[in-house]
Amino acid sequence: MDIFLQQLINGLVVGSIYALIALGYTMVYGIMQLINFAHGEIVMIGAMVTITCINLLVGAGVQLPGPALLLVGLMMAIPVSMFLGYSIEKIAYQPLRKAPRLAPLITAIGVSIVLQQAAMLIWGRNYRPFPQILPSEVHIIGGAAITDLQIAIIALALLLMGGLFFMIEKTKLGRAMRATSQNPEVAKLMGVNVNTIVSMTFVIGSALGAMAGVMVAANYDQAHAYMGFMIGLKAFTAAVLGGIGNIGGAVLGGILLGVIESLGSGYLGDLTGGVLGSHYKDIFAFVVLIIVLVFRPSGLLGERVAERA
Amino acid sequence: MTEVLLSIEGINKRFGGLHALSGVGLTINKGEIYGLIGPNGAGKTTLFNVLTGLYQPDEGKFTFQGKDLFRKKPNVVVESGIARTFQNIRLFANMTTLENVMVGQHVRTKTGVLGAVLRHPKAKAEEEAIRLKSEGLLAYVGIADRAEELARNLSYGDQRRLEIARALATNPTLLALDEPAAGMNPKETDDLKKLMEKIRADGVTILLIEHDVKLMMGLCDRIAVLDYGKKIAEGVPEQVKNDPRVIEAYLGVAPE
Amino acid sequence: MNALLMENNRKNTILLAVLAVVLAVLPWALGGFFENGNSWLRAVDFALLYIMLALGLNIVVGYAGLLDLGYIAFYAVGAYLFAILNSPHLQAVLPAWLSHPPFLVMMILAAVVAGIFGVLLGSPTLKLRGDYLAIVTLGFGEIVRIFMNNLDRPVNITNGPQGINNIDPVQIGGYDFGRPIEFLGLTFEKIHLYYYLILAFCVLIIFVSVRLQNSRIGRAWVAIREDEIAANAMGINTRNVKLLAFAMGASFGGVSGALFASFQGFVSPESFVLMESIMVLCMVVLGGMGNIPGVILGAIIVSITPELLRDIINPLQMAIAGKRVVDPENLRMLIFGLAMIVIMLVRPAGLWPSKRRRAELKPKTKDIALQEKDSLQDAERNHD
Repeated sequence: MDIFLQQLINGLVVGSIYALIALGYTMVYGIMQLINFAHGEIVMIGAMVTITCINLLVGAGVQLPGPALLLVGLMMAIPVSMFLGYSIEKIAYQPLRKAPRLAPLITAIGVSIVLQQAAMLIWGRNYRPFPQILPSEVHIIGGAAITDLQIAIIALALLLMGGLFFMIEKTKLGRAMRATSQNPEVAKLMGVNVNTIVSMTFVIGSALGAMAGVMVAANYDQAHAYMGFMIGLKAFTAAVLGGIGNIGGAVLGGILLGVIESLGSGYLGDLTGGVLGSHYKDIFAFVVLIIVLVFRPSGLLGERVAERA
Repeated sequence: MTEVLLSIEGINKRFGGLHALSGVGLTINKGEIYGLIGPNGAGKTTLFNVLTGLYQPDEGKFTFQGKDLFRKKPNVVVESGIARTFQNIRLFANMTTLENVMVGQHVRTKTGVLGAVLRHPKAKAEEEAIRLKSEGLLAYVGIADRAEELARNLSYGDQRRLEIARALATNPTLLALDEPAAGMNPKETDDLKKLMEKIRADGVTILLIEHDVKLMMGLCDRIAVLDYGKKIAEGVPEQVKNDPRVIEAYLGVAPE
Repeated sequence: MNALLMENNRKNTILLAVLAVVLAVLPWALGGFFENGNSWLRAVDFALLYIMLALGLNIVVGYAGLLDLGYIAFYAVGAYLFAILNSPHLQAVLPAWLSHPPFLVMMILAAVVAGIFGVLLGSPTLKLRGDYLAIVTLGFGEIVRIFMNNLDRPVNITNGPQGINNIDPVQIGGYDFGRPIEFLGLTFEKIHLYYYLILAFCVLIIFVSVRLQNSRIGRAWVAIREDEIAANAMGINTRNVKLLAFAMGASFGGVSGALFASFQGFVSPESFVLMESIMVLCMVVLGGMGNIPGVILGAIIVSITPELLRDIINPLQMAIAGKRVVDPENLRMLIFGLAMIVIMLVRPAGLWPSKRRRAELKPKTKDIALQEKDSLQDAERNHD
């Protein structure tokens, strides 16, 4: 088995999931300079709702191929997440748009706690296994294994990212979003309804998050009420790594972080002669982040904000 | 006998491919009001920021009172005796007027953490001196009655005055003012002119950027003119006013 | 004016005296009022530790305006330092002079070592602004925790996830705080002794905070928060002054951590998770950033509310539904989260903001007026 190729594949899979979630952080940040701490919870809810739907369908004896079941589950989860994203913005962020900068950060943390606890009340404290409905065929490429699921995750993630790029670059909504992120005041004067744009940003980010949540659950075969926290943290790190507010940066940061983490945990033990083992994997992400930011304080693709007098 | 206070030579500053300043040199003498003018985008503010340490020039020489200030940080420049104001007022908006001026004395005072916590007699005396001097400076620029007001709530003209008081609090030898009259009405401009003359009379040299050419001609002892990042003229106002290159730079045509 | 100040001073003195008496008898009052008085006293002890933490973070976030999401790392440094020097865990290898240092020396050591960590972690972040700083400090916090979790091999320093046990209680003037002490006919148990000890340090830290706030250094911090470039242009060495904020804030955390380790008797990485950093930040912001009484209030509310809810929710649930419908633990955290949202929505500057912050919110009314005008114009446009 080729360890390098294997870790690279695993890293790409995790990285494309990070990237999808990072897009949600970065879009919101780009438009309102807010760290949407609750985004990880949206991801978690997306996974939980999908699993519940599939279990209900299977329990009711519905005979459908696995991918179709998954699709139905997703069709339920995406609107739920979109609605949640929309409501969170309306309830917890919009009233605080002119408030001190840290106020919305605290409400975001509050929302995150509420969603986590609510999820525990609904789905319990235990891990929920992901239903075994997907084909688990393994392909061997150049000495490394890749499953159908992993191929599907990468393909879907690329498709979604492509779609998002198209939307932002080519559609009227995308143009309005770019304008708002450049300067909300001027955008408003040009007839852009800023409130709508902000809502749309949350809704789109949440939809991407829900799908990413299902990918996480399917990839690790389980979901948990606390899963949103760590995955959200990693994705946010990815967004900062790429340059927060920058769409391309989120994708680059996500994929890089996934690959670095995966390769790092694969080789860390060998590189340090066994002194640091793979349990230092989580450090890797942060060390890379810190090093990058020391040399490029605005992330890899972030704009350099020149000091102006 | 004129005594040179500040001198720069061959200062270059590039932003990417843009030559904001090329080979600029000038000298400021002790006790004068030195003006810097030029059309928009001529590099006045860039030069100003180089002289106050905010921008690090790429090449050149920069000495002040015999001390080398080339590529030194703003706080070192202030410590050496150059204080500044900002074109688009940068006060500590949520501190009181008095506190703003007190911050200005940071560089001339010493109390550290230990002194602050123990508040020993020396620290107490220093704090008292800071307060007294700050109150004095507010009176000097004419806004003593606004001492306890938050800086953000001051009128535009008073904010300009406060910036000058805060800069004076650093005990400067050279006070650098970036368009202090911008946005002022004629009455306020006139008051400002008097204030600057008073400051000069009290022994502080002044470097001034201003758009209002008339004000500059009436106020400055010497003027330098910048255009496209180069110094095109320097001298007493009369001389500069009649310099064909200056007229060309401002009007876009060479005089007949 | 002077008479007014005197009046105020007299009022303050009386208030302080009353507060002192209340705080002095609090352990006994709690024991008298509640059956489980000691568990309440424990909650109070923790609230005091959190007040110290919140005041430390307040220097970094509230005064200097540097958003730090990894602050709990300094609490961890203080706690582990105390644990390592005062437990059997490393006795065999520690030089004798380092083992069980005298109490005051120990506390100074904790403050200094945590302060050094503050400078170490602060220095690479000096160029970063706002949210970039937040994520890097968060990363540092996690790195410190992960190291504590894994430094049991190759050399066992932190004893990994199990943490360090059997930490000795402090000894002051020959008194062992782990044993009851008879004094004035009263029996002071460990929990009482620690209450007074922690309270004393809490008062010290409040005192230091107040003194720093109204000083040359405090003004420099606020100036940096308000406008870093202008502060630098006024001669403030922004790099050093920021590092000083990190160091001061961290040293408060270190002191608090050392007391925590000694009070608790054991430390493990679990006590220093990211959520703890976030909670301390919540205390600062919820209470009123930059305002010492506000921050204290925030720390008390955020640390005591979950305890209060613990005692209220389950009995309430039993009374209403007659049985356990939902997990009280989740319900109490859910309510806690909701409370955070509501408080912030109702008081965006915190419960007890400083005069400055309150003023900062003033223009909001103007903005709202502007917004209203805008929406009015929108409405008109839609009419046409």
